[in-house]
Amino acid sequence: MAESSKAPHGAMLRIRNLKCYYGRIQAINGVSLSVRSGEIVTLIGANGAGKSTLMQAICGLLSQWEGEIRFRDKPLRGKKAPEIVREGVSLVPEGRWIFPPLSVMDNLRLGAYTRKARSERKSVAEDVEAMLELFPVLRERARQAAGTLSGGEQQMLAIGRALMSRPRLLLLDEPSMGLAPLMVRKILDTLAELREKGLTILLVEQNARAALQTADRGYVLENGRIVLDGPAADLLADQEVKRAYLGKDYREFTEGRV
Amino acid sequence: MRRIVFLIVILAVGLAVDNPYRLQLLTIVGVNTMLTLGLNMLMGYAGQISLGHAAFYGIGAYTTAILTTHAQWPPLLALPAAVLLTAVVALVVGFPTLKLTGYYLGMGTLGFGMIVYILLREWSAVTGGASGLVGIPPLAVGGFTIRPGRDYFYLVWLMVMLLFIICERVVDSRVGRALRAIHDSEKAAAAMGIDTIRAKVSVFVLSAVFAALAGFLYAHLISFISPGSFDFMMSIRLVTMVVIGGMASIWGAVLGAFILTLLPEWLHVFADYEVIIYGSILMTVMIFLPQGLTRGVLDIYERSRHKFNSARSAASQG
Ligand SMILES: Nc1ncnc2c1ncn2[C@@H]1O[C@H](COP(=O)(O)OP(=O)(O)OP(=O)(O)O)[C@@H](O)[C@H]1O
Ligand SMILES: [Mg+2]
Repeated sequence: MAESSKAPHGAMLRIRNLKCYYGRIQAINGVSLSVRSGEIVTLIGANGAGKSTLMQAICGLLSQWEGEIRFRDKPLRGKKAPEIVREGVSLVPEGRWIFPPLSVMDNLRLGAYTRKARSERKSVAEDVEAMLELFPVLRERARQAAGTLSGGEQQMLAIGRALMSRPRLLLLDEPSMGLAPLMVRKILDTLAELREKGLTILLVEQNARAALQTADRGYVLENGRIVLDGPAADLLADQEVKRAYLGKDYREFTEGRV
Repeated sequence: MRRIVFLIVILAVGLAVDNPYRLQLLTIVGVNTMLTLGLNMLMGYAGQISLGHAAFYGIGAYTTAILTTHAQWPPLLALPAAVLLTAVVALVVGFPTLKLTGYYLGMGTLGFGMIVYILLREWSAVTGGASGLVGIPPLAVGGFTIRPGRDYFYLVWLMVMLLFIICERVVDSRVGRALRAIHDSEKAAAAMGIDTIRAKVSVFVLSAVFAALAGFLYAHLISFISPGSFDFMMSIRLVTMVVIGGMASIWGAVLGAFILTLLPEWLHVFADYEVIIYGSILMTVMIFLPQGLTRGVLDIYERSRHKFNSARSAASQG
């Protein structure tokens, strides 16, 4: 996808001491994390931990935050969403946010909105073709209203659409939500494939086991703080993570805590 | 193809109609179509309501009227002035207003429409106050005068056609997609990298420019204007035309303008109960056919066809 292989092997995304607010409510209390070029990093945490808030802050969709977010060594403070998309960050939002009345094709093309130069026209058309290649179901439904797709198809559309801006960094917010295990597998496999092609990925998941199996590293977010981080394999083996996010008593655990 | 049919219809109607009153009425239908086309881009496609659209119509009409009567400018020079002034006003009003959404946007544009109306009525020295401005000269292009009647009818409808093509172009473009995305969800549109405020202000200015052009043509057609033509009722009439035509349908805009311009002329009861009728139309459409009349009817048609087809295939299998 992107030419990130040429980028220095340092951190593509670096967040330091991030604090996010909704009015007077503080949703993120000083989070630091980094994503290196070519990595798949996953962020896991219970409902309300602040995962989506963090993603939206990176994308410029949240105005109230303090701290530092750097993308490819450039600070993102004060930048709005359009500029951040042009820098090479693309979000697959929680709940997909596709445009139901618009056709599948129009949804895909909207993903390339920031590539407006006339000279880009051909490459945008090629990328649409590449997305239909990547997700063949979308080709069958190309002219259909996006709202008529099934949940899994909509998720593929959301991912395809996000890729249309040719991002260096792809952010995914719970792509497996509401999907059958087979579909989750398929989407995570697609992400692994995309990484092979040079894409860097930050993946938010509740489905912790599947996410950690795909990712290189992981962070555990609780109540707006990172409580644990490390290589994905270590987190998978970690007693605390097992008990809280992988075990059968997951629900009991979160209920006891809220 | 449709454009050619459209052109032929315009030519044929122009040739067939001789009665000057009817020609004038049809010319006004054209003026209203221009207004509706613009408002439809804003409301139908971008999903932003404006309850003060008549103000832009008024600014266009009054600018040319003032310049050609008080200052004796030739109309052709007054045209760019009218369009430019309206565009600037739309830009200045649009930025703060379009940050609002829903009811608040309705309120904001409503207030703007009221202010312009009061200005037109009270600033007597310039606008002629409640009695308006008379003696607006007819359009003259290089010694050739386009008098109200057949020539004017053709002029207006050719302009309609031009705006029509502009609308079709915009709708099919990258910007048009962005507008439809904004209509659906501003937040999702922003996540695509769409500068939503900028896109909304742009379409607001576009629709205002259409209105200014309509105002210009109206002023030189009628040669007399007064604030009453640009009041709140006119804004509501325009919204109703868009809603009847079915939001987000360019052809629907023509239909809406047609129905709501001709009906009051033919049915005098209509004029007496105008407010009630518009109110009921808006309510009915919003409650039962939120997609607009045309789209709503089309949906019902699709659904019944679907039922019919499945019933038929069930019958053929049985
Ligand atoms: N628009 C908002 N206004 C006020 N508070 C909000 C808003 N959005 C989120 N919050 C609060 O911020 C906290 C973090 O929410 P966030 O959506 O980031 O959680 P999450 O980790 O994504 O949860 P989930 O797994 O359920 O998606 C929650 O306590 C939530 O109530
Ligand atoms: Mg979330």
